[in-house]
Amino acid sequence: MREEPAARAPKALAGGPTTRPLGAVGRDTLAALLEVRDLHVTFRPDVRAVRGVSLSLDAGQTLGVAGESGSGKSTVALSLLRLLPSSAQVSGEILVAGEDVLRMNWGRLRAVRWADASIVFQGAMSALNPVRTIGEQIREPILLHDKVGTRAARERTAALLDAVGVPARRAGAYPHELSGGQRQRVMIAMALACRPNLIVADEPTTALDVIVQAQILQLVTDLVHEAKISMIMISHDLSVLADTCDALAVMYAGRIVEIGDSRAIMAEPRHPYTRALSSAFPAIGDPASRLAPSGLTGDPPDPRRIGPGCPFQPRCAEAFDDCRTRDVELWPAGSGHAACLLVLPDRARSASPTRGNLAQSGEAAS
Amino acid sequence: MTAPALEARDLCITYPPRQGRGPAHAVDGVNLAVGVGEIVALIGESGCGKSTLARAFVGLVRPTSGEVCYQGTTLGYSSKAVKRFRRYTQLLLQDPGGALNPKQNVFDAVAEGPRLHGLRAGLAERVETALSQAGLRPPAQFAARYPYELSGGQQQRVVIAGALALEPSVIVADEPVASLDASVRGEILRLILDLRTSLGLSALVVSHDLGLAWNIADRVAVMYLGRIVEQGRAEDVLLRPRHPYTQALLSVLPGTDADPVVLRGEPPDPTAIPAGCRFHPRCQRFAALDTTDGRRTLCTGQALAILPADAPDVACHLIEQPHG
Repeated sequence: MREEPAARAPKALAGGPTTRPLGAVGRDTLAALLEVRDLHVTFRPDVRAVRGVSLSLDAGQTLGVAGESGSGKSTVALSLLRLLPSSAQVSGEILVAGEDVLRMNWGRLRAVRWADASIVFQGAMSALNPVRTIGEQIREPILLHDKVGTRAARERTAALLDAVGVPARRAGAYPHELSGGQRQRVMIAMALACRPNLIVADEPTTALDVIVQAQILQLVTDLVHEAKISMIMISHDLSVLADTCDALAVMYAGRIVEIGDSRAIMAEPRHPYTRALSSAFPAIGDPASRLAPSGLTGDPPDPRRIGPGCPFQPRCAEAFDDCRTRDVELWPAGSGHAACLLVLPDRARSASPTRGNLAQSGEAAS
Repeated sequence: MTAPALEARDLCITYPPRQGRGPAHAVDGVNLAVGVGEIVALIGESGCGKSTLARAFVGLVRPTSGEVCYQGTTLGYSSKAVKRFRRYTQLLLQDPGGALNPKQNVFDAVAEGPRLHGLRAGLAERVETALSQAGLRPPAQFAARYPYELSGGQQQRVVIAGALALEPSVIVADEPVASLDASVRGEILRLILDLRTSLGLSALVVSHDLGLAWNIADRVAVMYLGRIVEQGRAEDVLLRPRHPYTQALLSVLPGTDADPVVLRGEPPDPTAIPAGCRFHPRCQRFAALDTTDGRRTLCTGQALAILPADAPDVACHLIEQPHG
């Protein structure tokens, strides 16, 4: 479905309360399950890891967040459950079912973690406790949150292991006794243990083999759809996300540079960075990539020294003069939004009435 | 006919028994050749033996039986022979951050190889040339830096420069881009392709990434549980895969339209290789066979011959009459 670009005022795109970038048209009366408004994260002394991210996710929706190391994607993931070190300065709002995670008291936060929202970490070997059995580790959140007896918790643990494809008799095994794929399955079972509404999966299949990756992705997709859980999946592999998630957000230098429906973005990426990322993983059979790997020259910007203008401009093949000075917020592009001067209507590109709005939204986000 | 740059002949590598398990047959009969100026991709899952095979190709692992040949000459394992050989065959490892010494600057990292090989004359020029061949230009700007001051892509270029400093004729790269970011991946692969064009380098690239093979390889060999199960021109293997394992690998790639064949079970165990075709317990084509089909006994009982190195081939009992 295409939207009229004129239908959205650029100001709303800076992250105002009416921003619903993710296909929730016609359902505005329902509160989104997760709503992030103008999130900023700064690490000491002046590393601006996240610079104004807004997104919303409805119940049962899945969103993939793509970007390279240092783009801020994992920082966003961790901030959703307030898992960042205390030295990080976080501002903005993160509403989980309407409640602001950033302003919760400690007790409430502990109740929300696991039960409302849980996280699947990247390295299952380092995220699991090596000296406790996987059964104990899955039982722990169940016992803490659901106030059930040990016996009921054991039964649920067995059912969870079964659901993720690890034989329930392995509940007494220690993490080192399992293969990498099985450990990742255990992580998923733990994330599901308290029946959360939202799962954040941070690179759940990085470091796994193709076949195990396919198994895990299939498992996650099935579980999420069955239980109508919302999911945010973080990865650097755009094609993995496009296969698993309804919507995609591409991050660069601490901001979302393109967001929209997965299929639409894969079919026609609007931001030059998204184009570069999607061609980095070639389609086998595509003559254009045969014996011709494509990549980006240069390195991502240093988060301590992000100057004016588009942060992607130094690496962008399509940059022009204005890109060096003008920073663009997300703007309607196709069925989604992209932050690039190229997607602006012509009148806006050459100093125009909309420019005032853009400047305002730029301020609001910085 | 010129001899291949690097060749494995009937290579077997068995690791001794451990923790009550039997011996691990990591490489269990492999013929594989890398022609002069050719790039071969060796594809397989973790535990299939591909890294062991790569290490054998650079003389780091001594074969249990069979031999490794460099330009037609069998590799000896006296320390002198190995040292001479290693000048010409260089190994690139997966994680450049781990491969570089954090206390060594770029110049010393690149100069280490030549120094060990006693190539002290013109060392500075040699390092400079290698750095610029690896795309670190101008070299002078990088020579004094330390690994932590470089990005992941630049670190991998330093590792590549270290290999190039010895003017090798073959590079064996074990997952050269697996730990790099998507945007850097293409740059490093292009560098490997460019080095082939400019220096005539041959390369064996070990990976689990089939897209990488499509990007840079002339020929693809697919390995499963210590054996090559399919081998041929990249276009043939990737676009018209014949072995059910290759077909399954390709079908689960994200963005593929075909119905995914998600193999069940865990990656294979080299201490317990199944009888008959070693892939049959996970094989979708075997599973689809009728229980009365006579070919089942072939799959479960008759071992397959080791594939030759010099011609495209597939190791499968069911290949003549594809099923489903």
